[in-house]
Amino acid sequence: MIVAVVMGGAAGLVSGLLGVGGGILFVPALTLVLGLSQVRAEATSLLAIIPVALVGAWRQHRYGNVDLRAGTVVGALSAVGVLAGVALANVLPQRALELAFAALALFVASRFLRRYFTARGQAEVPEIPTPRSSAPES
Amino acid sequence: MASGRTLKLAATGTAAGLFSGLFGVGGGSVIVPLLVLWLGFGERRATGTSLAAIAVIALFATVAQGAYGNIDYTKALLVGVPAVPGALAGTWLQQRVRTETIGLLFALLLIAVSVDLVLQ
Repeated sequence: MIVAVVMGGAAGLVSGLLGVGGGILFVPALTLVLGLSQVRAEATSLLAIIPVALVGAWRQHRYGNVDLRAGTVVGALSAVGVLAGVALANVLPQRALELAFAALALFVASRFLRRYFTARGQAEVPEIPTPRSSAPES
Repeated sequence: MASGRTLKLAATGTAAGLFSGLFGVGGGSVIVPLLVLWLGFGERRATGTSLAAIAVIALFATVAQGAYGNIDYTKALLVGVPAVPGALAGTWLQQRVRTETIGLLFALLLIAVSVDLVLQ
Protein backbone atom coordinates (compact mmCIF):
# COMPACT_ATOMS: atom_id res chain seq x y z
CA MET A 1 0.00 0.00 0.00
CA ILE A 2 2.88 2.37 0.77
CA VAL A 3 4.29 1.49 -2.65
CA ALA A 4 0.98 2.50 -4.24
CA VAL A 5 0.98 5.83 -2.37
CA VAL A 6 4.57 6.52 -3.43
CA MET A 7 3.77 5.64 -7.04
CA GLY A 8 0.74 7.97 -6.84
CA GLY A 9 2.98 10.79 -5.63
CA ALA A 10 5.47 10.08 -8.42
CA ALA A 11 2.61 10.07 -10.97
CA GLY A 12 1.62 13.55 -9.78
CA LEU A 13 5.22 14.76 -10.07
CA VAL A 14 5.51 13.46 -13.66
CA SER A 15 2.10 14.95 -14.43
CA GLY A 16 2.99 18.43 -13.20
CA LEU A 17 6.46 18.35 -14.72
CA LEU A 18 5.54 17.01 -18.17
CA GLY A 19 1.87 17.87 -18.67
CA VAL A 20 0.58 14.31 -18.85
CA GLY A 21 -2.16 12.64 -16.82
CA GLY A 22 0.13 10.28 -14.93
CA GLY A 23 -1.60 7.12 -16.12
CA ILE A 24 1.78 5.62 -17.01
CA LEU A 25 2.36 5.25 -13.23
CA PHE A 26 -1.25 5.11 -11.96
CA VAL A 27 -2.13 2.06 -14.06
CA PRO A 28 0.82 -0.13 -12.95
CA ALA A 29 0.26 0.98 -9.33
CA LEU A 30 -3.37 -0.17 -9.61
CA THR A 31 -2.64 -3.46 -11.41
CA LEU A 32 0.69 -4.64 -9.99
CA VAL A 33 0.40 -3.23 -6.45
CA LEU A 34 -3.35 -3.00 -5.78
CA GLY A 35 -4.41 -6.01 -7.85
CA LEU A 36 -6.96 -4.47 -10.23
CA SER A 37 -7.54 -5.89 -13.72
CA GLN A 38 -6.18 -3.85 -16.65
CA VAL A 39 -9.66 -2.59 -17.61
CA ARG A 40 -10.60 -1.52 -14.05
CA ALA A 41 -7.14 -0.01 -13.50
CA GLU A 42 -7.42 2.16 -16.62
CA ALA A 43 -10.91 3.32 -15.62
CA THR A 44 -9.85 4.00 -12.02
CA SER A 45 -6.76 5.84 -13.23
CA LEU A 46 -9.02 8.29 -15.10
CA LEU A 47 -10.72 9.31 -11.85
CA ALA A 48 -7.34 9.75 -10.12
CA ILE A 49 -6.18 11.94 -13.02
CA ILE A 50 -8.98 14.54 -12.57
CA PRO A 51 -7.69 16.23 -9.36
CA VAL A 52 -4.08 15.99 -10.56
CA ALA A 53 -4.84 17.62 -13.91
CA LEU A 54 -7.01 20.30 -12.26
CA VAL A 55 -4.38 21.22 -9.67
CA GLY A 56 -1.58 21.11 -12.26
CA ALA A 57 -3.55 23.24 -14.72
CA TRP A 58 -4.45 25.72 -11.96
CA ARG A 59 -0.77 26.11 -10.93
CA GLN A 60 0.35 26.43 -14.54
CA HIS A 61 -2.39 29.01 -15.11
CA ARG A 62 -0.98 31.02 -12.20
CA TYR A 63 2.48 30.76 -13.78
CA GLY A 64 0.94 32.08 -17.04
CA ASN A 65 1.48 28.81 -18.90
CA VAL A 66 -2.06 27.85 -19.92
CA ASP A 67 -3.83 28.71 -23.16
CA LEU A 68 -7.34 28.09 -21.81
CA ARG A 69 -9.09 28.38 -25.16
CA ALA A 70 -6.68 25.91 -26.78
CA GLY A 71 -7.02 23.53 -23.82
CA THR A 72 -10.82 23.61 -24.07
CA VAL A 73 -10.80 22.96 -27.83
CA VAL A 74 -8.35 20.07 -27.47
CA GLY A 75 -10.23 18.60 -24.50
CA ALA A 76 -13.69 18.86 -26.07
CA LEU A 77 -12.63 17.39 -29.42
CA SER A 78 -10.84 14.52 -27.74
CA ALA A 79 -14.20 13.26 -26.50
CA VAL A 80 -15.11 12.66 -30.15
CA GLY A 81 -11.75 10.98 -30.72
CA VAL A 82 -12.24 8.64 -27.76
CA LEU A 83 -15.53 7.36 -29.17
CA ALA A 84 -13.88 6.75 -32.57
CA GLY A 85 -10.87 5.12 -30.89
CA VAL A 86 -12.97 2.71 -28.84
CA ALA A 87 -14.98 1.77 -31.94
CA LEU A 88 -11.81 1.24 -34.01
CA ALA A 89 -10.14 -0.79 -31.25
CA ASN A 90 -12.86 -3.40 -31.70
CA VAL A 91 -12.27 -3.86 -35.44
CA LEU A 92 -8.53 -3.27 -35.96
CA PRO A 93 -5.63 -5.59 -35.04
CA GLN A 94 -4.73 -4.24 -31.58
CA ARG A 95 -1.18 -5.62 -31.39
CA ALA A 96 -0.12 -4.10 -34.72
CA LEU A 97 -1.56 -0.74 -33.64
CA GLU A 98 0.26 -0.86 -30.30
CA LEU A 99 3.57 -1.56 -32.03
CA ALA A 100 2.90 1.19 -34.59
CA PHE A 101 2.17 3.69 -31.82
CA ALA A 102 5.30 2.56 -29.92
CA ALA A 103 7.35 3.25 -33.06
CA LEU A 104 5.67 6.65 -33.47
CA ALA A 105 6.41 7.52 -29.81
CA LEU A 106 10.08 6.65 -30.37
CA PHE A 107 10.18 8.86 -33.48
CA VAL A 108 8.67 11.78 -31.54
CA ALA A 109 11.14 11.12 -28.70
CA SER A 110 13.98 11.46 -31.23
CA ARG A 111 12.57 14.81 -32.36
CA PHE A 112 12.56 16.05 -28.75
CA LEU A 113 16.12 14.79 -28.25
CA ARG A 114 17.24 16.62 -31.39
CA ARG A 115 15.59 19.83 -30.09
CA TYR A 116 17.38 19.32 -26.78
CA PHE A 117 20.83 18.92 -28.32
CA THR A 118 20.22 21.78 -30.78
CA ALA A 119 19.24 24.08 -27.89
CA ARG A 120 22.26 22.98 -25.86
CA GLY A 121 24.50 23.65 -28.85
CA GLN A 122 23.08 27.16 -29.25
CA ALA A 123 23.44 27.87 -25.53
CA GLU A 124 27.24 27.91 -26.04
CA VAL A 125 26.90 30.97 -28.31
CA PRO A 126 26.40 34.36 -26.57
CA GLU A 127 22.70 35.13 -26.62
CA ILE A 128 21.30 37.97 -28.67
CA PRO A 129 18.19 39.40 -26.99
CA THR A 130 15.09 39.09 -29.15
CA PRO A 131 11.70 40.69 -28.44
CA ARG A 132 9.15 38.22 -27.16
CA SER A 133 5.42 38.68 -27.24
CA SER A 134 4.52 35.37 -25.57
CA ALA A 135 5.00 34.25 -21.98
CA PRO A 136 8.59 34.64 -20.73
CA GLU A 137 10.82 31.61 -21.09
CA SER A 138 14.20 31.09 -19.57
CA MET B 1 -4.89 32.09 -39.84
CA ALA B 2 -6.85 31.88 -36.59
CA SER B 3 -9.18 29.26 -38.03
CA GLY B 4 -6.19 27.26 -39.28
CA ARG B 5 -4.87 27.22 -35.75
CA THR B 6 -8.27 26.16 -34.41
CA LEU B 7 -8.35 23.32 -36.94
CA LYS B 8 -4.90 22.17 -35.79
CA LEU B 9 -6.07 22.29 -32.16
CA ALA B 10 -9.20 20.33 -33.09
CA ALA B 11 -7.07 17.74 -34.89
CA THR B 12 -4.78 17.53 -31.86
CA GLY B 13 -7.75 16.89 -29.56
CA THR B 14 -9.25 14.30 -31.89
CA ALA B 15 -5.89 12.50 -32.22
CA ALA B 16 -5.39 12.52 -28.44
CA GLY B 17 -8.86 11.05 -27.89
CA LEU B 18 -8.36 8.49 -30.66
CA PHE B 19 -5.12 7.19 -29.16
CA SER B 20 -6.65 7.18 -25.67
CA GLY B 21 -9.58 5.11 -26.90
CA LEU B 22 -7.34 2.75 -28.89
CA PHE B 23 -4.54 2.09 -26.40
CA GLY B 24 -5.55 3.60 -23.08
CA VAL B 25 -2.50 5.87 -23.26
CA GLY B 26 -3.07 9.23 -21.66
CA GLY B 27 -3.82 12.14 -23.92
CA GLY B 28 -0.74 14.02 -22.72
CA SER B 29 1.78 11.92 -24.63
CA VAL B 30 -0.07 12.94 -27.81
CA ILE B 31 -1.10 16.51 -26.93
CA VAL B 32 2.27 17.86 -25.72
CA PRO B 33 4.28 16.74 -28.81
CA LEU B 34 1.63 18.08 -31.21
CA LEU B 35 1.44 21.44 -29.40
CA VAL B 36 5.24 21.78 -29.36
CA LEU B 37 6.24 20.31 -32.72
CA TRP B 38 3.18 21.21 -34.82
CA LEU B 39 1.62 24.32 -33.24
CA GLY B 40 4.86 25.89 -32.04
CA PHE B 41 3.96 26.17 -28.33
CA GLY B 42 6.80 26.58 -25.86
CA GLU B 43 7.36 23.54 -23.64
CA ARG B 44 5.90 25.13 -20.49
CA ARG B 45 2.81 26.47 -22.26
CA ALA B 46 2.29 23.12 -24.02
CA THR B 47 2.39 21.12 -20.78
CA GLY B 48 0.16 23.61 -18.92
CA THR B 49 -2.40 23.66 -21.72
CA SER B 50 -2.22 19.87 -21.98
CA LEU B 51 -3.15 19.56 -18.28
CA ALA B 52 -6.22 21.77 -18.83
CA ALA B 53 -7.26 19.58 -21.78
CA ILE B 54 -6.64 16.38 -19.79
CA ALA B 55 -8.89 17.62 -16.97
CA VAL B 56 -11.73 17.92 -19.52
CA ILE B 57 -10.94 14.54 -21.14
CA ALA B 58 -10.64 12.68 -17.83
CA LEU B 59 -13.93 14.16 -16.63
CA PHE B 60 -15.82 12.88 -19.71
CA ALA B 61 -14.08 9.51 -19.64
CA THR B 62 -14.66 9.00 -15.90
CA VAL B 63 -18.40 9.59 -16.30
CA ALA B 64 -18.46 7.05 -19.15
CA GLN B 65 -16.38 4.44 -17.26
CA GLY B 66 -18.36 5.08 -14.07
CA ALA B 67 -21.54 4.21 -15.95
CA TYR B 68 -19.96 0.84 -16.83
CA GLY B 69 -19.08 0.31 -13.14
CA ASN B 70 -15.37 -0.07 -13.88
CA ILE B 71 -14.07 2.40 -11.27
CA ASP B 72 -12.69 1.37 -7.88
CA TYR B 73 -13.24 4.61 -5.91
CA THR B 74 -11.19 3.67 -2.83
CA LYS B 75 -8.15 2.75 -4.88
CA ALA B 76 -8.56 5.89 -7.00
CA LEU B 77 -8.27 7.91 -3.77
CA LEU B 78 -5.31 5.85 -2.61
CA VAL B 79 -3.19 6.80 -5.64
CA GLY B 80 -4.94 10.07 -6.55
CA VAL B 81 -4.64 11.90 -3.20
CA PRO B 82 -0.82 11.59 -2.90
CA ALA B 83 -0.59 12.61 -6.55
CA VAL B 84 -1.92 16.10 -5.79
CA PRO B 85 1.14 17.27 -3.78
CA GLY B 86 3.19 15.51 -6.46
CA ALA B 87 1.59 17.72 -9.11
CA LEU B 88 2.25 20.83 -7.02
CA ALA B 89 5.91 19.82 -6.72
CA GLY B 90 6.09 18.96 -10.42
CA THR B 91 4.74 22.30 -11.64
CA TRP B 92 6.94 24.15 -9.12
CA LEU B 93 9.99 22.24 -10.28
CA GLN B 94 9.14 22.80 -13.95
CA GLN B 95 9.45 26.58 -13.57
CA ARG B 96 13.01 26.05 -12.32
CA VAL B 97 14.47 23.78 -14.97
CA ARG B 98 15.68 24.80 -18.42
CA THR B 99 13.09 24.68 -21.20
CA GLU B 100 15.09 22.14 -23.20
CA THR B 101 15.38 19.89 -20.13
CA ILE B 102 11.57 19.55 -20.16
CA GLY B 103 11.87 18.28 -23.75
CA LEU B 104 14.62 15.84 -22.76
CA LEU B 105 12.51 14.44 -19.90
CA PHE B 106 9.52 14.23 -22.23
CA ALA B 107 11.60 12.18 -24.69
CA LEU B 108 12.43 9.76 -21.84
CA LEU B 109 8.73 9.55 -20.96
CA LEU B 110 7.86 8.69 -24.59
CA ILE B 111 10.50 5.95 -24.59
CA ALA B 112 8.89 4.56 -21.41
CA VAL B 113 5.45 4.72 -23.09
CA SER B 114 6.69 2.77 -26.10
CA VAL B 115 8.43 0.13 -23.94
CA ASP B 116 5.19 -0.18 -21.95
CA LEU B 117 3.18 -0.70 -25.15
CA VAL B 118 5.60 -3.30 -26.53
CA LEU B 119 5.59 -5.28 -23.28
CA GLN B 120 1.77 -5.27 -22.96
